[in-house]
Amino acid sequence: MDKEKKYEFNKTEEYPKMVVSFGSTLTNKTASWRTFKPVINEDKCIGCGICWKFCPEPAITPTNPPKIIYDYCKGCGICIVECPVNAIDKVDEKR
Amino acid sequence: MNQEKKKLTITIPEEEIMQAGHLACQGCGAAIAMRYALKALGKDIILDFPACCWSVIDGPFPYSATQVPLFHTAFETAAAVASGITNGIQAIGNDHTTVMAWAGDGGTFDIGIQALSGAAERNDNLIYTVYDNEAYMNTGIQRSSATPHGAWTTTTPVKHFKKGEKKDIDSILVAHGIPYLATTSIAYAEDMVKKYKRAKEIRGTKFMHVFAPCPTGWKSDPAMTVKLAKLAVETGVFPLYEVVNGKYKLSIKPKELKPVEEYLKLQGRFKHLQKDDIDYIQKKVIEKWEILLKKVEMFGE
Repeated sequence: MDKEKKYEFNKTEEYPKMVVSFGSTLTNKTASWRTFKPVINEDKCIGCGICWKFCPEPAITPTNPPKIIYDYCKGCGICIVECPVNAIDKVDEKR
Repeated sequence: MNQEKKKLTITIPEEEIMQAGHLACQGCGAAIAMRYALKALGKDIILDFPACCWSVIDGPFPYSATQVPLFHTAFETAAAVASGITNGIQAIGNDHTTVMAWAGDGGTFDIGIQALSGAAERNDNLIYTVYDNEAYMNTGIQRSSATPHGAWTTTTPVKHFKKGEKKDIDSILVAHGIPYLATTSIAYAEDMVKKYKRAKEIRGTKFMHVFAPCPTGWKSDPAMTVKLAKLAVETGVFPLYEVVNGKYKLSIKPKELKPVEEYLKLQGRFKHLQKDDIDYIQKKVIEKWEILLKKVEMFGE
């Protein structure tokens, strides 16, 4: 299943007969909500996984060093506060 | 460069069932709670949401953030619908699927309590989760019976802030004699995953009380969500324990409780409190903590 596929219904007949969800919210890119963005400083990162663990989206990959998926990051800043070695910087979002 | 870097330290299951792109506010505690719960329980699950924040967070038709079967239902019927689903799947011979009702504190403490009480009395095989953000956050921060003393909400404005204690829902459920009850916090991910895995193994009604801070309603910085959840445990405002067949067991026992002021000062909803109000809250927190310690002593393993 393509999780990022968008669905459109133009006629009543095209709607499913039962209320079912067949798409994923991955279609909904929430990046525009951000006012600042977290940036991981890879030299400082110790790979503890705490930022990945506490991300509410989840918009941080479980890799070492972790990568932030900026398509979905809403910029809540939990990762910045929780990082034990202060390896995540708060950068102003510029559009 | 060191190419062979070791893997990221992973303490909770790696698979993500909840997808990104959901509609929770920045720093939502309820979204973190659902992420951990689904990680622990796996994909073989049927969810049931009454009206609560999660009926919005899940996303508009035909998209869903959870990627598992789920049922949206009326406000007061979370436990009744979950009872129906669990008895229905048993009737067709399915004994492996977990059924979980997922309600906010308004849908549990106030509106849904009779359905929950009925399900607990019948001991239907389901997990009932309340994610407790201490007011009706989805409809605009109205007071619920889970709102603590001293808090601002839109129906208890600053001049007339809420007076009276939070309803002790856990004792009410323990009195029903359910096989498993646990209080969990999103700041203790490993503890929460462990408790959900334990709940999955037990037959009967399991009640999970998840403490999920709400930056929007608590007027706190979204970045402080996890810190607040941790402080709530460390100050004794929300102690973590489990009750297995009436036997109390503390999960996290802080050596010394931090002053409750540290927890209160991070939240805008407590900004108006004077010193004697804070002293009163501190006194009540210590009182409840001592009662809990007595219960652990009396009914412990």
